[in-house]
Amino acid sequence: MRFYEYESKALFERRGLPLGRSRLAHDADGARAAAAEIGAVVLKSQVLSGGRMKAGAVKFADTPDEAASHFETILPIEVNGQKARSVLVEEKTPIAQEYFVSVTWDGRAKKPVVLFSDMGGIDIEEVAEKHPEHVSKTHFSTILPITPRIAKEAVGAVGVTGGELNRLTPIVFELMQLFLDFDLTLAEINPLARLEDGRFIVLDGHVDMEAEARGKHKALLEELGIGEDETRQARPPTSFEIAGRKVNEADHRGVAGNVVEFDGDLGLVIGAGGGSLTLFDAVRNQGGRPANYCEIGGNPSVKKACELTKLILAKPGVEKIAVMMNVVSNTRVDIVARGVIKGCIESGRDPAEVIAIFRIPGAWEDEGFKILAKYGVEYCDRSVSMYDAAGRAVAKMGAQS
Amino acid sequence: MTILISSETTFIVQGITGREAVNLTRENLDYGARIVGGVTPGRAGRDIYGVPVYDCVRDAVERHGPIQGSIVSVPPGFTRDAVFEALENGIEIIVIVTENIPRKEVAQMVELANLRGARIIGPNCLGIISPGEAKMGGVGGPAANTKQAYTKGNIGVMSRSGGMTTEIASTLTAAGLGQSTCVSIGGDAIVGTTYAELMPLFEADPETHAIAIYSEPGGRMEAELAEWVKANDSRLPIVAFMAGRFMDEMKGMRFGHAGTIVEGKEDTTAEKIARMEASGISVAERIEEIPELIRKRLSEAK
Repeated sequence: MRFYEYESKALFERRGLPLGRSRLAHDADGARAAAAEIGAVVLKSQVLSGGRMKAGAVKFADTPDEAASHFETILPIEVNGQKARSVLVEEKTPIAQEYFVSVTWDGRAKKPVVLFSDMGGIDIEEVAEKHPEHVSKTHFSTILPITPRIAKEAVGAVGVTGGELNRLTPIVFELMQLFLDFDLTLAEINPLARLEDGRFIVLDGHVDMEAEARGKHKALLEELGIGEDETRQARPPTSFEIAGRKVNEADHRGVAGNVVEFDGDLGLVIGAGGGSLTLFDAVRNQGGRPANYCEIGGNPSVKKACELTKLILAKPGVEKIAVMMNVVSNTRVDIVARGVIKGCIESGRDPAEVIAIFRIPGAWEDEGFKILAKYGVEYCDRSVSMYDAAGRAVAKMGAQS
Repeated sequence: MTILISSETTFIVQGITGREAVNLTRENLDYGARIVGGVTPGRAGRDIYGVPVYDCVRDAVERHGPIQGSIVSVPPGFTRDAVFEALENGIEIIVIVTENIPRKEVAQMVELANLRGARIIGPNCLGIISPGEAKMGGVGGPAANTKQAYTKGNIGVMSRSGGMTTEIASTLTAAGLGQSTCVSIGGDAIVGTTYAELMPLFEADPETHAIAIYSEPGGRMEAELAEWVKANDSRLPIVAFMAGRFMDEMKGMRFGHAGTIVEGKEDTTAEKIARMEASGISVAERIEEIPELIRKRLSEAK
């Protein structure tokens, strides 16, 4: 879950990382007042995306009026499809050199890693490729106590020494601690600037918190004003997706309702994790137009399967649904069958007509198939592949249009 | 021969009195597993289908002697403690069923397991099965369903998805290809044991003649496997199925498992497929192509 720059900096400030003076502006007057207080400033759009500079969403202003005018220019600019929430008005500082420091997970080493470079401000992957000696990679333990020497080694590895080494070490060390303390998946400062007077300042930075750890850090999230409905993914959740999450959270048995909205006509009640990815591909490859992605699994209750079915059937444009999973181990076929049939009936639809295909083989399948047969729903067992089951559903949609 | 577990493997179930764990215990016992005990703090003295419950792993070890394995099925907030407890009581192989564990805690469990010379499978996985020999975890579900999908044979299966482990085994079984050992490695961004880390075990198992894997977007596990295959001149033909190809167009959106998100170029399915094919791994377009691709690769190898 990505934080805005101003939220990231609020977190940095709690830990004493050096920051320039700044104010968050929500309107042009706010930007003007901030510039009047601070002096020469930089205005930065607050969006959940990189590439702001390229998009023209960062501008410098020498006067309050200039700041107000830049605010109006910057705010409407979308950066990689993300809308700006506000504009950060920050002190403009004379920079001598830019550095890069980032803490993230290395899934292969299964440890956190500090990346440090004395060539900050530009794309770090490019630096790593062209000037590998200017990027250090230092792994550290999650169970042994971490001490500043790891940060010192990370900084020293690119050839930084003297007073600079000693001023950079605590900043890098603090970022490492922050990363672990708040269950972050990324804590990055880029650029970290050395000013002409020798001081260091965090110019830009951002952090990502692991979605699974949100519950552990409720107080912080509340303090930063991050609501529980904010997924902070590539786009904000739609009302359909929020409703899906409520279906899932209504009871603790199994999973049903983690939906992602698409604009097609074939509703998908699919699972489990890997099965959903496989089936979504299978529908699309055969010319199907999914109305949604979803995941069911872990033996959801009849009610949950029913509510999910109703939610999908109520979505405008949905003609039919396909109910498909991989061979299931711990989900009962009969319970899902009962849930989706109930969902169709409660939506005033005939299950035989609206369920294009039911393909869930596995535990309690005979009982499930009996119920489906009773309602005249087309079903198949494991002898029909996931791909072919998806194809059957798509073929029915074709017949209709 | 099998890898990781055998019909002799003794294990416990941590969190045994939980709803899922009770089912899992029944299913594993029915498949012939040697579950010697279960642990739920405060429930000592009870039994689950004849399996005695203890407060601590230590008490189970004191009563039954060294125990090889543990299935951990406790809520996410308690998992790290349960795994540490298993590790500090000499357990060598731990299957973590629990999902939604923050990465830091997974990393901590893996680091301690490495220090103790133990192995973790998962989290967020269905465990291990060597058909006809033993299973450890929810893989395959009830024993009768497990026997329908999984048959003894010579194909090793590794999968980031628990459900797809069974789908692939079932497809292999239908095509007359049995399995040596199937491992649901888990769908999280950090897992105890990766494809590449299982390869040396399969490589050393004379019963394994080929490998089938299920793969999805996110992470570097396929790149790691491709490198391992090249560096070690593996004798085993590998056939991979790649799901989630649609995600390449939807960067930054999370679908499915926690580890499934396209953030960088290396996370895309296109990139993974290219890497795997360059290392000699065959990539199937559909699950049902896996058996014929395996047969083709095996006949070429002869």
